[in-house]
Amino acid sequence: MRPVAIIGIGKTAFGAFPDRDLRSLAVEAGEKCLADAHVSPSQVEAYYLGNFAGPSFVGQNHLAPYIAGAMGITGVPATRFEAACASSGSAFYHAVSSVAAGLNDVVLVAGVEKMTSQTTPKVTEILAGAGDTCGEVRAGATFPALFAMIARRHMYQYGTTREMLAAVAVKNHENGAKNPLAHMRKVITMDQALKGKPISEPLTVFDCSLISDGAAAVLIAPLERAAEFTDKPVKVLGVAQTSDYVALDQKDDITTFRAVSAAAEKAYKMAGVTAQDIQFAEVHDCFTIAEIIASEDLGFVKKGEGGPYALAGCTRLTGPMPINTSGGLKSKGHPVGATGVGQICDLVYQLRGEAGERQLARHSLGLAQNLGGSGATAVVTILGIA
Amino acid sequence: MKSGIVYTETVVHAAPEQFVADAPYQLAIVSLGEGGRLTARIDGERVVIGDRVDFLEDRNGIPFFRKA
Repeated sequence: MRPVAIIGIGKTAFGAFPDRDLRSLAVEAGEKCLADAHVSPSQVEAYYLGNFAGPSFVGQNHLAPYIAGAMGITGVPATRFEAACASSGSAFYHAVSSVAAGLNDVVLVAGVEKMTSQTTPKVTEILAGAGDTCGEVRAGATFPALFAMIARRHMYQYGTTREMLAAVAVKNHENGAKNPLAHMRKVITMDQALKGKPISEPLTVFDCSLISDGAAAVLIAPLERAAEFTDKPVKVLGVAQTSDYVALDQKDDITTFRAVSAAAEKAYKMAGVTAQDIQFAEVHDCFTIAEIIASEDLGFVKKGEGGPYALAGCTRLTGPMPINTSGGLKSKGHPVGATGVGQICDLVYQLRGEAGERQLARHSLGLAQNLGGSGATAVVTILGIA
Repeated sequence: MKSGIVYTETVVHAAPEQFVADAPYQLAIVSLGEGGRLTARIDGERVVIGDRVDFLEDRNGIPFFRKA
């Protein structure tokens, strides 16, 4: 396999943009990315797009060539990947596979979602389609409900508290307030987080990520050619995607995402590093409990210790393991199909030293973890300065 | 009659479009005595993890349980 590098990145702001359509968001991210790498559309050899539910949210199918064509990219494989909230993480995994195998050299990977044109109950219903519609969803489960049930069990088994969940939200808003591309740039207090409107008990509105519009893109190439495009290449040291059952009631232990720990093990092995070597991470905090579980499944802390670790401030910008320096899905926003590639962009900002007020002192090895559904798809990516 | 133990539960306040009229409602994953788990609605009194529940009835394909 050939080593692969990220040679360009591009993101739109995440937010609610009533005057923007899905395609214009994806085109903006793609064009910013090509400009970052000084690459023209005619040099792109394949277009990999992550999108969860464009057909349901905006009624548009055949999205990959639809968007690629609008950027002047034609005559190449242009394909949409759907893996719930891990759609663009999956697109990235498959794009890296194609470059590593030597099938393509210059490949554009993007993610996009346009969610805010629907009402919240309708968005909730569309998102629930990532669950088992013949079982849990038919019974009335929403995604907040599934993660609320995960949180209840984690609290029962490990003594995790509401304050520990709230600490994740407070920290992510603290970071997101410093991110010019974040959806909700405001700090919140512990008291506010604890007294939020109930969504699905024990989760309040402050435990839930945002409903957002947005897009993100990265351009990849063989490492040996990276210097042709950029003097700041980022190396893809490890990437892995794994799966598990879709329905939460089919999983033996819902306090852990088996797909995440399996993907992490593979990615660590591929990169030749351990969890203790990782300096910072972007993890999939679709709900606060998911960040706590991610910190355990990725091996940053032992099982059951994710809550106290967050409450002690260990995952803040100043802590030993900064998590979600971007603000995470909680504050940065969660346009679901864009989230996986968005996380990769956020790692690259840190690795290149371009994270502004959020810039970390140690920024040479980062990890991204993207989750689909209640853990049926997981993608773990490890990036380093080449 | 099926019975089981509550493995986990939640009370849903923000419902999907088709269940807005039912909210708030309690949802639970029940570990069945006969083996396996099932996601079901709880009728009546709220339950917590570890409670024993009995199958009540099926309403429009949704299994309902209640506290034993």
